[in-house]
Amino acid sequence: MGEAIVITSGKGGVGKTTTTANLGTALALMERRVVLVDADIGLRNLDVVMGLENRIVYDLVDVTSGVCRLKQALIKDKRFNENLFLLPAAQTKDKTAVTPEQMKALTGELKAEYDYVLVDCPAGIEQGFRNAIAGADRAIVVTTPEVSAVRDADRIIGLLEASEMPEVQLLINRIRPSMVKRGDMMDIDDIIDILAIDLIGVVPEDDKIVVSTNRGEPTVLDANSRAGQAFRNIARRITGEQVPLMPLEAEHGFMERVKQLFGFGR
Amino acid sequence: MLDILGRVFGREEAPSKEIAKERLRLVLVHDRATVSPQFLELIKEEVIGVITNYMDIDEEGVEVSIHNMERSVALVANIPIRRMKRAVKAV
Ligand SMILES: Nc1ncnc2c1ncn2[C@@H]1O[C@H](COP(=O)(O)OP(=O)(O)OP(=O)(O)O)[C@@H](O)[C@H]1O
Ligand SMILES: [Mg+2]
Repeated sequence: MGEAIVITSGKGGVGKTTTTANLGTALALMERRVVLVDADIGLRNLDVVMGLENRIVYDLVDVTSGVCRLKQALIKDKRFNENLFLLPAAQTKDKTAVTPEQMKALTGELKAEYDYVLVDCPAGIEQGFRNAIAGADRAIVVTTPEVSAVRDADRIIGLLEASEMPEVQLLINRIRPSMVKRGDMMDIDDIIDILAIDLIGVVPEDDKIVVSTNRGEPTVLDANSRAGQAFRNIARRITGEQVPLMPLEAEHGFMERVKQLFGFGR
Repeated sequence: MLDILGRVFGREEAPSKEIAKERLRLVLVHDRATVSPQFLELIKEEVIGVITNYMDIDEEGVEVSIHNMERSVALVANIPIRRMKRAVKAV
């Protein structure tokens, strides 16, 4: 029996879809069998971030309304053997086309087949949110280090606790080490202190996210990307491994470079 | 010394993250207290329970609310007293 994990946030645009795509890909690379569910009905996105937009035949609402069988709607990502599948969101329907009960049944069915079911949640606290969390065993709340995003994360954490979500963890995205250093961005401890919740990981701001989204290739496939490394670490934590937080700054600080220049590299 | 250095380098105010933290703290006190309508009701019931041990109050008239001040948030309880009980225990 697999685990269903919902990636949620409250505030829009903080990185839920990016996180879902990258964690799913990283888990598939670790030879876990993964299915990604795009629950953002009406605003489907996960397909383009994954580069699978041309392969869609059926969608989530086709499945819940009985137009097709679940198996028929799953798109296999050929880059990852038999390990990664996507269930796309419907683009033409709205969020009320699905009920929480249907989502629960759907994730249940997927959990029987796959190790991880990652659900990309829409922004907000309306029906789309209730649908996305319905069948989840764990929630990852994504926030950026900004007042409005952290405030909305607090609200979402409250709602998740009220709905008795068994496990709720925080992912801080788009942290900028240089701004943290000058005191112009809240750091990890500040945010954890305010939200009083477990941390699953921290992902730095990284231009490579934009490049890889342009290409439809998740950033975890780029060995040199800091964000990719952070997502790979988080995927390992999801499987229960203990992985220390990576240092925010790249190892090659000014002094490091000077030392290397003079042949004192470590 | 740090202060002077700060001014030389054009930083007179607190780092903006301190401002962010303080604003978040205040806004979350308010959010958390008002998000659930039952929350203040629960507090009100428990306060009534405690106070009636010491005085006769007009339970209908009790009001509990959250107030935003300049730099803080306060829980304000307005409890109309009908009559004090005679102190039972020595203080
Ligand atoms: N760590 C990062 N570094 C740089 N850019 C990022 C990072 N994370 C996300 N982004 C960018 O932020 C934008 C929003 O990301 P994304 O679509 O994943 O957010 P979302 O929470 O799913 O949004 P929505 O609420 O609209 O569904 C995208 O353009 C993405 O490329
Ligand atoms: Mg999204």
